[in-house]
Amino acid sequence: MDILVYLMPAALFLGFLGLLGFLWSLKSSQYDDLDGAAERILYDDEDLPRR
Amino acid sequence: MSEAARETAGATEAVSVTRADPGLFVRVDAGSREAKLDLVVQSMHCAGCMRRIERALGEFDGVSFARANLSTKRVAVRWDSRRLKPAAIVEKLASIGFEAVPFDPKLIGALDESEGRKLLRAMGVAGFAAANVMLLSVSVWAGLVSDMEPETRALFYWISALIALPAIVYSAQPFYRSAFAALRNRQMNMDVPISLAVTLATSMSLVQTIVNAEHVYFDASITLLFFLLIGRYLDVQARNRACEAAQNLLGLRAIAATVIDADGSQRSLPVEALEPGMVVAVAAGARVPADGVVATGISDIDTSLVTGESLPEVVRPGAHVFAGTLNVTAPVQVTVTARDEHSLLAEIVRLMEAAEQGRSAYVRIADRAARIYAPSVHVMALTTVLFWLAMGSGFVTAVTNAIAVLIVTCPCALGLAVPVVQVVATGRLLKHGILLKAADGLERLAEVDTIVFDKTGTLTLGRPRLVDEAVSATDLSVGAALARASRHPLSRALVESAGAKPLPVLSDIHEEPGQGLEGRLGDEVVRLGSREWVGAPAFDDNVHGGPELWLRRGTARPSCFRFMDQLRPDAIETIRALKALGFSIELLSGDREPAARAAAEALGISAWRAGARPDAKIQRLKELAAEGHKVLMVGDGLNDAPALRMAHVSMSPADASDISQTAADFIFQGAKLGAVIEAVEVAKKSRRLVFENFALALAYNAVAIPLAFAGFVTPLIAAVAMSTSSITVTLNSLRLGRVRKAS
Repeated sequence: MDILVYLMPAALFLGFLGLLGFLWSLKSSQYDDLDGAAERILYDDEDLPRR
Repeated sequence: MSEAARETAGATEAVSVTRADPGLFVRVDAGSREAKLDLVVQSMHCAGCMRRIERALGEFDGVSFARANLSTKRVAVRWDSRRLKPAAIVEKLASIGFEAVPFDPKLIGALDESEGRKLLRAMGVAGFAAANVMLLSVSVWAGLVSDMEPETRALFYWISALIALPAIVYSAQPFYRSAFAALRNRQMNMDVPISLAVTLATSMSLVQTIVNAEHVYFDASITLLFFLLIGRYLDVQARNRACEAAQNLLGLRAIAATVIDADGSQRSLPVEALEPGMVVAVAAGARVPADGVVATGISDIDTSLVTGESLPEVVRPGAHVFAGTLNVTAPVQVTVTARDEHSLLAEIVRLMEAAEQGRSAYVRIADRAARIYAPSVHVMALTTVLFWLAMGSGFVTAVTNAIAVLIVTCPCALGLAVPVVQVVATGRLLKHGILLKAADGLERLAEVDTIVFDKTGTLTLGRPRLVDEAVSATDLSVGAALARASRHPLSRALVESAGAKPLPVLSDIHEEPGQGLEGRLGDEVVRLGSREWVGAPAFDDNVHGGPELWLRRGTARPSCFRFMDQLRPDAIETIRALKALGFSIELLSGDREPAARAAAEALGISAWRAGARPDAKIQRLKELAAEGHKVLMVGDGLNDAPALRMAHVSMSPADASDISQTAADFIFQGAKLGAVIEAVEVAKKSRRLVFENFALALAYNAVAIPLAFAGFVTPLIAAVAMSTSSITVTLNSLRLGRVRKAS
């Protein structure tokens, strides 16, 4: 069972990365316009608005 | 006013007085000189629209950010305030076919948007912790039937505690806060048993971990929080969306006033900044921005939104005009008397406040359930302790079993039962153009047995239509030819009924405000307007009660055009359907008796009342409430606002006055009255689903509580039972959405 010593921190670390990713996406307003995001995929690259 | 606003105020005042000057809504950062503006673009509905808008704005020199939000139909623009004027942005969008209306979230009372985000963050944290704790728990459960050593189990429990404790402290805050608030007011809500169960389960698990016992419940408490946060987030989100849509509607009508200073110069001011004594110019076709007295000019004022009267009223210098009324024929100047305590608006606001106090506080179904549920759960836990102590077992066993009872009875399914139904119902209503504004609106609507309608603008479209088709074709075409020059609603209706027929050409047309029109057809003088204007006999043969127009050609006998307010296209069927559903229907109109009677007869409403002032409407609602009826009030006018507040639940069309929309619980868009049926049906179905959900949750408790009482509930059983009951309740609630697809 010694393998747990490596596996558990690894599992927790990966899960934590997922959480960080979620918090980052939340902070960068990615959930503010769900309908728009679904449609934006249809933009061609040269049409991207200036940020 | 910001500097950018001041720069543009001069440029736009001559162009438009009905639309707000976009400069008024710009927020300029003092340091970077970066200007920010939010616009509502109602006609944006696809990727193409977004792209065209963002591209058009991106072409401007100085625009640093332009982003369209398709969900909220809003566009946010940021630019260098020194290089671009806000009016140019609105004009640019107009040139590519989008009407953009500037709007300041602060002016129309924006929601706290951070609430949704906070819940989402708490949900993310709870979800992460739940997933990881569950992984460890599953290993332990597997270990219980195989060969896990107590040391490994202890290690797993300690790791679970390490993950779960901070996550619970963080993500249970919304529930603790709400539970404390309820307890402080000596009330009970669902969050009280939730908070208690989470706290007890967590602290007991911690103790068990320390003493190296066999069972811990970290997984139960954190998954419970995760499920509940999902429900709560969806609830907040659905309501935010409906409220945003409602705000957009109000923002669309943001108006600015054109103030005339003593030196004769004009400037644009937001309506809120008007002071008594200021003189404002009100163009023909514009709304009067504030209560006041006409200083110069004669015109017709359409007061239908305020009094329910369908006929425009003639005003001369010295006459009182009210905010929100429509100036129809000619420009006038109005001296503002807004601070006047006796203004109509002040009276309406007073009545609304009084009505608010009169309305009994509604207790939501979930909270009513909590009032019974929470004490009985706590009594059961206490009984468990006493029972086991009486049976002679140790204190630890007794308390452990009692806590198990609290954990399995924790109202996870109950906490989800209402929000999920609410979310599905709100979404379904939104698709039908019905906005739900009040959180408990659906529950109150489901209890309704009586529906009271206002007439003008609610049952009718508030637009007159020519009824007397007996007028000769020549009269009609001559009248319509003359009427084309006027924006009076009756003139417009006349032109409409003349259709596409070729009209004779008249010369020398001019309009005498408050009187009528005059023109020449060849040698003949033609007059169209009031009875006096054409010199018709003054005896009263006006039996139909609606407005009328008179036409005189040369010296011939004047002929009369009669008009009726047009019913909403589906008003008759809607009233019939509502009656068939068992509602009693009443009509409370502020309009004059003949008009109200005609509408009531056409719709088959036997209980009707005309000439009802706002206080009379309230009085009638009080009578109905005293008789034990739950009333749905449907109205649009300013004069309905107090009644909308007073009624058990209320609805307004989207073109209602601002105050009415604020007062109403539901807003429906579009010309059709059928929205009332849809809303009532959804409300009733939602109510049934909520009760079904309660029944499901209770059935699960009926099985789980005896097990917990007997001390058989292991963490595995608790987790399985809790998840299945939550999932059943959620699936059952989703049926409300599925009905739509089938029909």
